[in-house]
Amino acid sequence: MLVHLHLPGALRQYADGAGRLDLRPGGATVAGLLEALGGTCPGVHHRVVDELGSLRPHVNVFVNGENIRYLAGLATSLREGDEVWLLPAVSGGSGGPGG
Amino acid sequence: MTERLTVSSGDILVLVGTTKGAFLFRTDPGLRRTEVSGPHFPGEAIYALAYDGRAGRQRVLAGTESSHWGSVVRHTDDLGATWTDPAEGNVRFPADAGAALTRVWQLTPADDEHPEVVYAGVEPAALFRSGDGGETYELVRGLWDHPHRTRWEPGGGGLCLHTVLVDPDDPDRIWVAISTGGVYHSEDGGKSWRTRHQGVRAQFLPDPHPEFGQCVHKVAPAAGRPQRMYLQNHWGLYRTDDAGEQWVDIANGVPSDFGFPMVAHPSDPDTAWCIPLTSDGFRCTAEGRARVFRTRDAGDSWEPLTGGLPQEWAFLTVLRDGFGNDGGDPVGLYFGTRTGELFGSADEGDSWKLLAEWLPPIMCVKAATVR
Repeated sequence: MLVHLHLPGALRQYADGAGRLDLRPGGATVAGLLEALGGTCPGVHHRVVDELGSLRPHVNVFVNGENIRYLAGLATSLREGDEVWLLPAVSGGSGGPGG
Repeated sequence: MTERLTVSSGDILVLVGTTKGAFLFRTDPGLRRTEVSGPHFPGEAIYALAYDGRAGRQRVLAGTESSHWGSVVRHTDDLGATWTDPAEGNVRFPADAGAALTRVWQLTPADDEHPEVVYAGVEPAALFRSGDGGETYELVRGLWDHPHRTRWEPGGGGLCLHTVLVDPDDPDRIWVAISTGGVYHSEDGGKSWRTRHQGVRAQFLPDPHPEFGQCVHKVAPAAGRPQRMYLQNHWGLYRTDDAGEQWVDIANGVPSDFGFPMVAHPSDPDTAWCIPLTSDGFRCTAEGRARVFRTRDAGDSWEPLTGGLPQEWAFLTVLRDGFGNDGGDPVGLYFGTRTGELFGSADEGDSWKLLAEWLPPIMCVKAATVR
């Protein structure tokens, strides 16, 4: 099964400049897709998923236009030819509280 | 603004980390002429910066945090013209730790005899060690496995390990400070740890002197007297003369004993500086006056230093790493505020000069004299 993963500009430097990766997920889910991403482009993977395997809080994943937070999260299933986008959320960009 | 700083021996580097990037200042010991480059990493929060001049390097280390893409430690050997960008992250918790890096709070080069060793204090509270000059880091297991660790609690800034001190004469002796956890000390290079905060109170707990859980804000080691340290607590100013076995209250004549930073003189063990804030509920300079307080007698008394600092309607906040010294003689002092002002003093605090304003909120200020 081949899935098309679209990268934001900020992450393309970690994918040899590619804006789109065609990946074969190990399992037919977003989690499987991200695992495949880790094998292909570990620099992108590190910026999308933390050490616990969780999606970073200000990163959004869309499958065919729908945010996976409103689907089944990382367990969202994928099918042949699906279009998946990684995008920075508008909620990022502010500094922390400090202290 | 310059693209790249050039420095000569005797110049001062002032490294400023903000919520929106880092700025590198070069100045002279008299603060007569200042140049700046930046912002480096625009849009990223920089809580930790360090200058590493060991082994002939001119290396600046930076803990950078993108709110989207996570945190890494980068460095430059050409004063910001180029920075490393570790693709896969270089401060990562191992899988069995069950934790993920939030933020790098502190970067501390170890002693001169071990120029490849750099420590990183992070959130969630943990210590990492680099053995390759800051390229890669490994979790210090001895502290992570300490039985207290799972009961440390986050302060207002998060559960952070924000202070790392290495004995310059015996690098196996390490102190760290955690908010909230307290001060912990290792005699064996990080393999084992025990508390070193006896006497430091935690007035936000039912027992103000618990075994651990103190909210220590910053610890500064006295020069040439390795058993002496100064400590700014979440309420409380302290000094120890026995490497942390016992702390004594030295809040003698300050308008408040709440604050964040503490700076010790690089050659006089009796001199230190702090910046009192009104309270934990109102974290602004007391009475609307920007005052640095200095002791010349190891905390028996403190004098306010106001020359060149605003004394009316100045409700400034200086965070725990927002105050640094350049190690010079006389020592130069530098502090930055959450409202983006950077002040410097070339005469140990007697007079101050506004070096920059309108910067993003300042999280850390580190300074060094270039050898």
